[in-house]
Amino acid sequence: MKNKGLIITLSIIGVIVLFVIILVVWGVGSYNNLVTLNESVDQSWSQVENQYQRRADLIPNLVNTVKGYAEFERGVLTDVTEARSRVSQFNVTPEVLNDPQAFQRFQQLQGELSNALSRLLVTVENYPTLKANENFLQLQAQLEGTENRISVERRNFNQTVQTYNTTIKRFPNSIFAGIFGFGEKQYFKSAPGSETPPKVEF
Amino acid sequence: MKFFFFISVLTSFLFAQPEVPTLKQWVNDYTNTLNGNQLETLNYRLKAFEDSTTNQLVMLMIATLNDYPVEYYSHEVAQKNKIGTEENDNGALLFIAKNDKKLRIEVGYGLEGALPDALASSIIRNVIVPHFKKNDFYAGITAGIDAIISAIAGEYKADRDVSEDDEETPFISIIIMIIFGILMFIFRGGGRGRRGGLIYFGGLGGGRGGFSSGGFGGFSGGGGSFGGGGASGSW
Repeated sequence: MKNKGLIITLSIIGVIVLFVIILVVWGVGSYNNLVTLNESVDQSWSQVENQYQRRADLIPNLVNTVKGYAEFERGVLTDVTEARSRVSQFNVTPEVLNDPQAFQRFQQLQGELSNALSRLLVTVENYPTLKANENFLQLQAQLEGTENRISVERRNFNQTVQTYNTTIKRFPNSIFAGIFGFGEKQYFKSAPGSETPPKVEF
Repeated sequence: MKFFFFISVLTSFLFAQPEVPTLKQWVNDYTNTLNGNQLETLNYRLKAFEDSTTNQLVMLMIATLNDYPVEYYSHEVAQKNKIGTEENDNGALLFIAKNDKKLRIEVGYGLEGALPDALASSIIRNVIVPHFKKNDFYAGITAGIDAIISAIAGEYKADRDVSEDDEETPFISIIIMIIFGILMFIFRGGGRGRRGGLIYFGGLGGGRGGFSSGGFGGFSGGGGSFGGGGASGSW
């Protein structure tokens, strides 16, 4: 009789131990998966950032080239320069992705710069000599290329974040995501139409 | 948040998107502008170019985009067909929408250094468009392909050429293999060790790979990917 009690106790302990082991293995797997996804979100974010940075780097050159045509409207150029310096002052860290307000601010600043740039490019239409300048045309091409890369990298980023967000919200990953502190990440939300790179016809 | 995302997805569906084709050749003309001879000449040229450099340069001409943005479409075509090798992302697409009078050179990640946006734009404006304005599509495409090839030709080489051109690599690997053979000989004993060495010598000639189409087959993508580099233009 005593023996039977021991066997029952042992098997209960055994089941509990087995259960804990399964839980730990499961948790480790889930954690590693979340780390990988988190990493890929960060990586695609840095691609987005690179392209925005590249755009910011092009602007001084563009502004100087355009400035050479003295009669050019100063206001438009000042807008671009100011929007650019606001963008550069904004300190971007991967933390931004977890903070809806900071993310929105980042998007707003970049959006303002995009608007200022497209106003500049529209105004340029009135200056045929500038439009025929090969140096300007090349800067123009670089800027367009960068805008296009930004839109490609933003789409990639949104897809990566979508995978990540879906994963952390799904059972059972949702439990582990909660325990390990994996929060929801922010998407790029575009104002309708703004995803298309600015159209400039020559 | 997601709501906005879905809106942005929806807006991109509002354009009637033309079908993204699976390309079977290097030169694809869906408008019947080029004749058989011209197609063959260009196709042969681009195939040879791929064989010697692994760079995949592909041309696609369609009739109309139905107002779908040229940048989106050409990126989708390039991505879907995986132009360029997976290793180097060295693909490029010359895309033409004939009736829309729009064209674009889409440049893979690995060729952005050799063919930057400014150069791509210059090729479009100064090399291709003047011919297109005169409705001479063959001349425009040929000149464009020439210009792209001369820009990207030096960037990559087919691996099988490397072993011929580069004399140091085989020399070092032979030494390594001899040392390896000796080690095998010491540790494993005579007969087996020598065989181990021989097997490695056998592997020397076979070191290549990375290109996807051979023989008489048509074009097939090597796994390259695109980040939106290149330039667009119109005529």
